[in-house]
Amino acid sequence: MQVKETNSQDSSIGVGHIFVPALPHILIDPNGDHALMGSRCSSCAAVIEGERLGCPACGERSSLEAVRLFRSGRIAAHTVVYRSYPGAKTPFVSVVVDLDGGGTIRGTLRDFDPLSELPADQRVEMIFRDSGQRNSAGRPFLCYYFVPEGSTAP
Amino acid sequence: MSDIYIVGIDMIPFVRKSGRTAAQLGAEAALLALDDCGLSIRDIEALYCGNVMRSHLMVGQRILHEIGETAIPVVNVSNACATGATAFREGLIGVSAGLYDLVLTVGAEQMDSGLLALPGRPDGFVEEGELGSLTTPAMFSLIGNEHARHFGTTFEQFAKVAVKNHHHATFNPKAAIRRETPLEEVMASEMIAFPNTKLMCSINTDGAAAAVIASEAAARRLGLMNRAIRVRASELTSGAYTPREDALTDFNVVTQSCVRRAYEAAAVGPEDLALIELHDCFATAELLHYICLDG
Repeated sequence: MQVKETNSQDSSIGVGHIFVPALPHILIDPNGDHALMGSRCSSCAAVIEGERLGCPACGERSSLEAVRLFRSGRIAAHTVVYRSYPGAKTPFVSVVVDLDGGGTIRGTLRDFDPLSELPADQRVEMIFRDSGQRNSAGRPFLCYYFVPEGSTAP
Repeated sequence: MSDIYIVGIDMIPFVRKSGRTAAQLGAEAALLALDDCGLSIRDIEALYCGNVMRSHLMVGQRILHEIGETAIPVVNVSNACATGATAFREGLIGVSAGLYDLVLTVGAEQMDSGLLALPGRPDGFVEEGELGSLTTPAMFSLIGNEHARHFGTTFEQFAKVAVKNHHHATFNPKAAIRRETPLEEVMASEMIAFPNTKLMCSINTDGAAAAVIASEAAARRLGLMNRAIRVRASELTSGAYTPREDALTDFNVVTQSCVRRAYEAAAVGPEDLALIELHDCFATAELLHYICLDG
Protein backbone atom coordinates (compact mmCIF):
# COMPACT_ATOMS: atom_id res chain seq x y z
CA MET A 1 0.00 0.00 0.00
CA GLN A 2 1.69 3.16 -1.10
CA VAL A 3 -0.30 5.87 0.62
CA LYS A 4 -0.58 6.89 4.25
CA GLU A 5 -3.76 8.66 5.25
CA THR A 6 -1.99 10.92 7.69
CA ASN A 7 1.59 11.22 8.80
CA SER A 8 2.38 12.86 12.08
CA GLN A 9 5.82 13.85 10.75
CA ASP A 10 4.18 15.64 7.85
CA SER A 11 3.89 19.33 8.70
CA SER A 12 1.77 20.14 5.70
CA ILE A 13 -1.65 18.69 6.57
CA GLY A 14 -4.56 20.96 5.81
CA VAL A 15 -2.55 23.81 4.34
CA GLY A 16 -2.05 22.43 0.86
CA HIS A 17 -3.43 25.55 -0.74
CA ILE A 18 -0.58 27.66 0.66
CA PHE A 19 2.34 25.52 -0.44
CA VAL A 20 4.10 25.65 -3.78
CA PRO A 21 5.89 22.52 -4.96
CA ALA A 22 9.67 22.51 -4.81
CA LEU A 23 9.56 20.49 -8.03
CA PRO A 24 6.89 20.62 -10.75
CA HIS A 25 6.13 16.94 -10.28
CA ILE A 26 5.39 17.21 -6.58
CA LEU A 27 1.62 16.92 -6.41
CA ILE A 28 0.19 18.90 -3.52
CA ASP A 29 -3.06 17.55 -2.13
CA PRO A 30 -5.29 19.76 0.05
CA ASN A 31 -5.85 16.81 2.40
CA GLY A 32 -2.15 16.16 2.81
CA ASP A 33 -2.00 13.11 0.55
CA HIS A 34 0.88 14.56 -1.42
CA ALA A 35 2.72 12.60 -4.06
CA LEU A 36 5.82 12.59 -6.15
CA MET A 37 4.66 12.03 -9.70
CA GLY A 38 6.45 9.97 -12.26
CA SER A 39 5.81 8.29 -15.57
CA ARG A 40 5.57 4.67 -16.56
CA CYS A 41 6.20 3.57 -20.13
CA SER A 42 3.50 1.31 -21.50
CA SER A 43 5.95 0.01 -24.06
CA CYS A 44 9.02 -0.94 -22.00
CA ALA A 45 7.74 -0.62 -18.40
CA ALA A 46 10.43 1.88 -17.38
CA VAL A 47 9.45 4.07 -14.44
CA ILE A 48 10.98 7.53 -14.29
CA GLU A 49 10.64 10.63 -12.22
CA GLY A 50 8.48 13.44 -13.53
CA GLU A 51 7.52 13.84 -17.15
CA ARG A 52 9.37 13.59 -20.45
CA LEU A 53 8.41 14.19 -24.05
CA GLY A 54 9.30 10.62 -24.93
CA CYS A 55 10.48 7.54 -23.07
CA PRO A 56 14.20 7.89 -22.29
CA ALA A 57 14.55 4.12 -21.96
CA CYS A 58 13.10 3.01 -25.30
CA GLY A 59 12.50 6.20 -27.25
CA GLU A 60 8.78 5.58 -27.77
CA ARG A 61 6.52 8.59 -28.18
CA SER A 62 3.12 8.80 -26.48
CA SER A 63 3.79 5.76 -24.31
CA LEU A 64 4.34 7.49 -20.97
CA GLU A 65 1.53 7.37 -18.43
CA ALA A 66 1.48 9.48 -15.28
CA VAL A 67 1.87 7.49 -12.08
CA ARG A 68 2.14 8.32 -8.40
CA LEU A 69 5.52 7.05 -7.25
CA PHE A 70 5.46 4.87 -4.15
CA ARG A 71 6.31 6.55 -0.87
CA SER A 72 8.58 3.76 0.32
CA GLY A 73 11.77 2.15 -0.83
CA ARG A 74 15.32 1.10 -0.05
CA ILE A 75 18.55 3.08 0.02
CA ALA A 76 20.75 2.06 -2.93
CA ALA A 77 23.60 4.47 -2.16
CA HIS A 78 24.29 7.37 0.14
CA THR A 79 26.97 9.86 1.11
CA VAL A 80 27.37 12.13 4.09
CA VAL A 81 28.00 15.65 2.81
CA TYR A 82 30.23 17.74 5.03
CA ARG A 83 31.09 20.59 2.71
CA SER A 84 28.70 22.14 0.25
CA TYR A 85 27.77 25.48 -1.26
CA PRO A 86 27.88 28.57 0.97
CA GLY A 87 24.85 28.60 3.24
CA ALA A 88 24.10 24.88 3.02
CA LYS A 89 23.59 23.26 6.41
CA THR A 90 26.00 20.38 6.83
CA PRO A 91 26.47 17.59 7.55
CA PHE A 92 23.52 16.01 5.80
CA VAL A 93 22.91 12.66 4.17
CA SER A 94 22.26 12.52 0.44
CA VAL A 95 20.50 9.27 -0.45
CA VAL A 96 19.60 7.41 -3.61
CA VAL A 97 16.41 5.45 -3.07
CA ASP A 98 15.01 2.63 -5.18
CA LEU A 99 11.31 3.20 -4.70
CA ASP A 100 8.96 0.27 -4.37
CA GLY A 101 7.10 -0.07 -7.62
CA GLY A 102 9.82 1.59 -9.66
CA GLY A 103 11.76 4.79 -9.97
CA THR A 104 15.00 5.78 -8.28
CA ILE A 105 15.06 9.16 -6.58
CA ARG A 106 17.76 11.26 -4.92
CA GLY A 107 16.85 13.01 -1.71
CA THR A 108 17.90 14.05 1.76
CA LEU A 109 17.59 11.67 4.71
CA ARG A 110 15.95 13.35 7.67
CA ASP A 111 15.23 12.32 11.29
CA PHE A 112 18.61 10.61 11.26
CA ASP A 113 21.93 11.58 12.82
CA PRO A 114 24.22 12.06 9.78
CA LEU A 115 27.20 10.90 11.76
CA SER A 116 25.71 7.59 12.83
CA GLU A 117 25.97 4.31 10.99
CA LEU A 118 23.44 3.79 8.21
CA PRO A 119 22.58 0.10 7.88
CA ALA A 120 23.01 -1.42 4.43
CA ASP A 121 19.76 -1.56 2.41
CA GLN A 122 17.99 0.64 4.95
CA ARG A 123 14.31 0.94 4.07
CA VAL A 124 12.92 4.45 4.02
CA GLU A 125 9.63 6.28 3.71
CA MET A 126 9.03 9.41 1.67
CA ILE A 127 7.45 12.29 3.53
CA PHE A 128 6.60 15.82 2.53
CA ARG A 129 7.50 18.82 4.64
CA ASP A 130 7.76 22.56 4.56
CA SER A 131 11.29 23.07 3.25
CA GLY A 132 11.60 26.30 5.23
CA GLN A 133 12.21 28.21 2.02
CA ARG A 134 9.81 30.83 0.71
CA ASN A 135 9.17 32.02 -2.81
CA SER A 136 9.07 35.69 -3.75
CA ALA A 137 5.39 35.85 -2.76
CA GLY A 138 6.21 34.44 0.66
CA ARG A 139 4.66 31.04 -0.01
CA PRO A 140 6.45 28.03 1.43
CA PHE A 141 8.01 25.41 -0.82
CA LEU A 142 6.88 21.87 -0.10
CA CYS A 143 9.53 19.26 -0.69
CA TYR A 144 9.90 15.50 -0.25
CA TYR A 145 12.39 13.92 2.12
CA PHE A 146 13.19 10.42 3.26
CA VAL A 147 13.08 9.10 6.81
CA PRO A 148 14.12 5.68 8.07
CA GLU A 149 11.20 3.25 7.93
CA GLY A 150 9.38 3.01 11.19
CA SER A 151 10.40 6.45 12.43
CA THR A 152 7.03 7.96 11.51
CA ALA A 153 3.94 7.31 13.62
CA PRO A 154 1.53 4.67 12.22
CA MET B 1 39.44 6.86 -40.39
CA SER B 2 42.33 7.67 -42.73
CA ASP B 3 45.75 8.20 -41.20
CA ILE B 4 45.75 11.39 -39.19
CA TYR B 5 48.60 12.71 -37.10
CA ILE B 6 49.35 14.95 -34.18
CA VAL B 7 52.35 16.98 -35.33
CA GLY B 8 52.58 19.48 -32.48
CA ILE B 9 51.24 19.46 -28.94
CA ASP B 10 51.85 21.31 -25.69
CA MET B 11 50.24 22.70 -22.59
CA ILE B 12 50.87 25.70 -20.36
CA PRO B 13 51.81 25.19 -16.71
CA PHE B 14 48.56 24.77 -14.80
CA VAL B 15 48.18 27.38 -12.10
CA ARG B 16 45.61 28.57 -9.58
CA LYS B 17 44.15 32.04 -10.14
CA SER B 18 46.29 32.89 -13.14
CA GLY B 19 44.80 36.35 -13.56
CA ARG B 20 44.44 35.61 -17.29
CA THR B 21 41.28 34.97 -19.27
CA ALA B 22 40.40 31.62 -20.84
CA ALA B 23 41.20 33.09 -24.26
CA GLN B 24 44.63 34.28 -23.12
CA LEU B 25 45.38 30.89 -21.59
CA GLY B 26 44.22 29.17 -24.78
CA ALA B 27 46.26 31.51 -26.96
CA GLU B 28 49.40 30.74 -24.98
CA ALA B 29 48.83 27.01 -25.39
CA ALA B 30 48.08 27.47 -29.09
CA LEU B 31 51.39 29.24 -29.66
CA LEU B 32 53.28 26.57 -27.73
CA ALA B 33 51.74 23.84 -29.87
CA LEU B 34 52.47 25.75 -33.08
CA ASP B 35 56.07 26.35 -31.94
CA ASP B 36 56.32 22.64 -31.19
CA CYS B 37 55.98 21.91 -34.89
CA GLY B 38 57.43 25.13 -36.27
CA LEU B 39 54.14 26.32 -37.76
CA SER B 40 52.21 29.58 -37.65
CA ILE B 41 48.54 30.35 -37.14
CA ARG B 42 48.61 31.31 -40.82
CA ASP B 43 49.10 27.62 -41.68
CA ILE B 44 46.00 26.54 -39.79
CA GLU B 45 42.76 25.93 -41.67
CA ALA B 46 40.30 25.56 -38.79
CA LEU B 47 40.21 26.04 -35.03
CA TYR B 48 38.34 23.87 -32.54
CA CYS B 49 38.22 25.38 -29.09
CA GLY B 50 37.04 23.54 -25.99
CA ASN B 51 35.81 25.59 -23.03
CA VAL B 52 32.91 25.20 -20.61
CA MET B 53 32.86 28.03 -18.09
CA ARG B 54 32.94 30.81 -20.71
CA SER B 55 31.30 28.89 -23.54
CA HIS B 56 28.94 31.75 -24.34
CA LEU B 57 31.86 34.13 -24.96
CA MET B 58 33.29 32.67 -28.20
CA VAL B 59 36.62 31.76 -26.68
CA GLY B 60 37.94 30.37 -29.99
CA GLN B 61 37.43 33.65 -31.80
CA ARG B 62 39.03 35.47 -28.87
CA ILE B 63 42.08 33.22 -29.22
CA LEU B 64 42.41 34.25 -32.85
CA HIS B 65 42.02 37.85 -31.72
CA GLU B 66 45.15 37.24 -29.62
CA ILE B 67 47.28 35.49 -32.23
CA GLY B 68 45.94 36.07 -35.74
CA GLU B 69 42.46 36.73 -37.09
CA THR B 70 42.85 34.65 -40.20
CA ALA B 71 39.12 34.24 -40.80
CA ILE B 72 39.27 30.46 -40.49
CA PRO B 73 36.24 28.49 -39.29
CA VAL B 74 36.01 28.36 -35.50
CA VAL B 75 33.97 25.80 -33.62
CA ASN B 76 33.54 26.33 -29.89
CA VAL B 77 32.97 23.09 -28.04
CA SER B 78 31.35 22.52 -24.68
CA ASN B 79 30.86 18.92 -23.62
CA ALA B 80 31.35 18.79 -19.85
CA CYS B 81 34.34 16.70 -18.78
CA ALA B 82 34.79 15.52 -22.38
CA THR B 83 35.16 19.07 -23.73
CA GLY B 84 38.85 18.93 -24.63
CA ALA B 85 38.61 15.44 -26.06
CA THR B 86 35.58 16.45 -28.11
CA ALA B 87 37.33 19.51 -29.53
CA PHE B 88 40.24 17.27 -30.46
CA ARG B 89 37.88 14.72 -32.03
CA GLU B 90 36.11 17.36 -34.09
CA GLY B 91 39.48 18.39 -35.42
CA LEU B 92 40.18 14.78 -36.40
CA ILE B 93 36.82 14.58 -38.13
CA GLY B 94 37.51 17.75 -40.12
CA VAL B 95 40.78 16.34 -41.40
CA SER B 96 39.39 12.83 -41.89
CA ALA B 97 36.54 14.23 -43.97
CA GLY B 98 39.04 15.85 -46.26
CA LEU B 99 37.84 19.35 -45.42
CA TYR B 100 41.17 20.45 -44.00
CA ASP B 101 44.81 19.32 -43.94
CA LEU B 102 45.91 21.20 -40.82
CA VAL B 103 43.77 22.15 -37.85
CA LEU B 104 44.42 23.51 -34.38
CA THR B 105 42.56 22.14 -31.38
CA VAL B 106 42.69 23.96 -28.06
CA GLY B 107 41.26 23.41 -24.61
CA ALA B 108 41.28 26.21 -22.05
CA GLU B 109 39.62 26.79 -18.73
CA GLN B 110 39.79 29.59 -16.21
CA MET B 111 38.11 28.55 -12.99
CA ASP B 112 36.62 30.73 -10.30
CA SER B 113 36.74 29.54 -6.67
CA GLY B 114 34.41 27.13 -5.02
CA LEU B 115 32.39 24.07 -5.94
CA LEU B 116 31.00 23.88 -9.44
CA ALA B 117 27.40 25.00 -9.23
CA LEU B 118 24.38 25.14 -11.49
CA PRO B 119 22.71 28.53 -11.94
CA GLY B 120 20.14 29.43 -9.30
CA ARG B 121 16.53 28.54 -10.04
CA PRO B 122 14.30 31.39 -11.23
CA ASP B 123 11.83 30.69 -8.40
CA GLY B 124 14.64 30.96 -5.87
CA PHE B 125 14.35 27.45 -4.44
CA VAL B 126 17.73 26.14 -3.31
CA GLU B 127 17.87 22.42 -4.04
CA GLU B 128 21.13 21.65 -2.24
CA GLY B 129 20.47 19.81 0.98
CA GLU B 130 16.76 19.46 0.16
CA LEU B 131 17.01 17.10 -2.80
CA GLY B 132 20.15 15.45 -1.57
CA SER B 133 23.36 17.00 -2.84
CA LEU B 134 24.03 18.33 -6.31
CA THR B 135 27.73 18.94 -5.77
CA THR B 136 30.16 16.99 -7.91
CA PRO B 137 32.05 15.56 -4.91
CA ALA B 138 28.76 14.15 -3.60
CA MET B 139 27.90 12.72 -7.01
CA PHE B 140 31.17 10.82 -7.16
CA SER B 141 31.02 9.85 -3.51
CA LEU B 142 27.63 8.24 -4.10
CA ILE B 143 29.02 5.97 -6.78
CA GLY B 144 32.10 5.29 -4.65
CA ASN B 145 29.87 4.15 -1.82
CA GLU B 146 27.83 2.02 -4.20
CA HIS B 147 31.11 0.41 -5.26
CA ALA B 148 32.00 -0.14 -1.62
CA ARG B 149 28.66 -1.85 -0.96
CA HIS B 150 29.24 -4.28 -3.83
CA PHE B 151 32.97 -4.91 -3.49
CA GLY B 152 33.91 -3.88 0.03
CA THR B 153 36.15 -1.06 -1.24
CA THR B 154 37.54 0.91 1.69
CA PHE B 155 38.13 4.60 2.33
CA GLU B 156 41.83 3.79 2.46
CA GLN B 157 41.80 2.14 -0.95
CA PHE B 158 40.13 5.16 -2.51
CA ALA B 159 42.58 7.46 -0.74
CA LYS B 160 45.56 5.62 -2.24
CA VAL B 161 44.49 6.89 -5.67
CA ALA B 162 45.21 10.45 -4.53
CA VAL B 163 48.57 9.43 -3.03
CA LYS B 164 49.56 7.96 -6.40
CA ASN B 165 48.41 10.91 -8.47
CA HIS B 166 50.07 13.50 -6.29
CA HIS B 167 53.24 11.43 -6.50
CA HIS B 168 53.01 11.52 -10.30
CA ALA B 169 52.60 15.29 -10.15
CA THR B 170 56.02 15.65 -8.55
CA PHE B 171 57.45 14.49 -11.91
CA ASN B 172 55.42 16.96 -13.94
CA PRO B 173 56.83 20.50 -14.08
CA LYS B 174 53.51 21.73 -15.49
CA ALA B 175 51.34 20.43 -12.63
CA ALA B 176 49.79 23.15 -10.47
CA ILE B 177 50.76 21.42 -7.25
CA ARG B 178 53.79 19.17 -6.97
CA ARG B 179 53.76 17.81 -3.46
CA GLU B 180 53.75 14.30 -2.07
CA THR B 181 50.70 13.58 0.07
CA PRO B 182 51.14 10.55 2.34
CA LEU B 183 48.11 8.32 2.89
CA GLU B 184 47.51 9.56 6.44
CA GLU B 185 47.46 13.15 5.23
CA VAL B 186 45.00 12.35 2.42
CA MET B 187 42.63 10.56 4.79
CA ALA B 188 42.89 13.26 7.44
CA SER B 189 42.29 16.21 5.13
CA GLU B 190 38.90 17.90 5.28
CA MET B 191 36.06 15.50 4.47
CA ILE B 192 33.96 16.90 1.65
CA ALA B 193 31.49 14.05 1.05
CA PHE B 194 32.40 10.64 2.39
CA PRO B 195 34.72 9.10 1.32
CA ASN B 196 36.21 11.94 -0.75
CA THR B 197 38.39 14.26 1.32
CA LYS B 198 39.72 17.55 -0.01
CA LEU B 199 42.95 15.91 -1.18
CA MET B 200 40.89 13.34 -3.09
CA CYS B 201 39.14 16.04 -5.10
CA SER B 202 40.59 17.79 -8.13
CA ILE B 203 41.17 21.46 -7.42
CA ASN B 204 40.13 24.58 -9.30
CA THR B 205 42.97 25.53 -11.60
CA ASP B 206 43.53 27.54 -14.75
CA GLY B 207 45.09 25.71 -17.66
CA ALA B 208 45.20 25.19 -21.38
CA ALA B 209 46.54 22.70 -23.91
CA ALA B 210 46.62 22.57 -27.69
CA ALA B 211 47.35 20.10 -30.46
CA VAL B 212 48.02 20.57 -34.17
CA ILE B 213 46.42 17.82 -36.25
CA ALA B 214 47.57 17.08 -39.79
CA SER B 215 46.61 14.83 -42.65
CA GLU B 216 49.37 12.50 -43.80
CA ALA B 217 49.82 14.58 -46.93
CA ALA B 218 50.31 17.76 -44.91
CA ALA B 219 52.66 16.06 -42.45
CA ARG B 220 54.82 14.82 -45.33
CA ARG B 221 54.70 18.12 -47.19
CA LEU B 222 55.88 19.96 -44.07
CA GLY B 223 58.59 17.44 -43.24
CA LEU B 224 56.95 16.55 -39.95
CA MET B 225 56.49 12.79 -40.37
CA ASN B 226 59.51 12.05 -38.16
CA ARG B 227 57.69 13.56 -35.18
CA ALA B 228 54.11 12.79 -36.19
CA ILE B 229 52.03 10.63 -33.83
CA ARG B 230 49.26 8.69 -35.56
CA VAL B 231 45.83 8.79 -33.99
CA ARG B 232 44.46 5.26 -34.07
CA ALA B 233 41.04 5.94 -32.56
CA SER B 234 38.88 8.63 -31.10
CA GLU B 235 35.48 7.59 -29.82
CA LEU B 236 32.71 9.53 -28.15
CA THR B 237 29.66 8.19 -26.36
CA SER B 238 26.83 9.65 -24.31
CA GLY B 239 25.13 8.01 -21.37
CA ALA B 240 22.72 5.24 -22.24
CA TYR B 241 19.53 5.07 -20.18
CA THR B 242 19.91 3.40 -16.79
CA PRO B 243 17.01 2.94 -14.38
CA ARG B 244 18.73 4.94 -11.62
CA GLU B 245 19.91 7.82 -13.77
CA ASP B 246 17.59 10.40 -12.22
CA ALA B 247 19.43 9.94 -8.94
CA LEU B 248 22.71 8.17 -9.56
CA THR B 249 24.69 8.83 -12.72
CA ASP B 250 26.23 5.63 -14.07
CA PHE B 251 29.65 6.61 -15.35
CA ASN B 252 30.70 3.04 -16.00
CA VAL B 253 28.16 2.27 -18.70
CA VAL B 254 29.12 5.25 -20.84
CA THR B 255 32.85 4.80 -20.20
CA GLN B 256 32.91 1.08 -20.86
CA SER B 257 31.05 1.34 -24.13
CA CYS B 258 33.39 4.08 -25.29
CA VAL B 259 36.48 2.11 -24.33
CA ARG B 260 35.19 -0.91 -26.26
CA ARG B 261 34.62 1.18 -29.37
CA ALA B 262 38.09 2.72 -29.09
CA TYR B 263 39.79 -0.65 -28.66
CA GLU B 264 37.89 -1.99 -31.67
CA ALA B 265 38.66 1.02 -33.85
CA ALA B 266 42.33 0.94 -32.90
CA ALA B 267 42.57 -2.86 -32.99
CA VAL B 268 44.24 -2.96 -29.56
CA GLY B 269 43.37 -4.40 -26.17
CA PRO B 270 44.26 -3.24 -22.67
CA GLU B 271 47.27 -5.55 -22.67
CA ASP B 272 48.79 -3.49 -25.50
CA LEU B 273 48.77 -0.23 -23.58
CA ALA B 274 51.92 1.17 -21.98
CA LEU B 275 50.35 4.34 -20.58
CA ILE B 276 46.81 5.32 -19.62
CA GLU B 277 45.78 8.84 -18.82
CA LEU B 278 42.60 8.53 -16.82
CA HIS B 279 40.35 11.35 -15.71
CA ASP B 280 40.61 11.54 -11.92
CA CYS B 281 38.17 14.26 -11.04
CA PHE B 282 37.73 12.48 -7.71
CA ALA B 283 39.61 9.52 -6.26
CA THR B 284 36.44 7.41 -6.24
CA ALA B 285 35.86 8.10 -9.95
CA GLU B 286 39.27 6.87 -10.97
CA LEU B 287 39.02 3.62 -9.10
CA LEU B 288 35.61 2.89 -10.59
CA HIS B 289 36.91 3.55 -14.10
CA TYR B 290 39.64 0.93 -13.85
CA ILE B 291 37.15 -1.82 -14.51
CA CYS B 292 36.00 -0.05 -17.67
CA LEU B 293 39.47 -0.43 -19.14
CA ASP B 294 38.87 -4.15 -19.59
CA GLY B 295 36.66 -3.13 -22.48
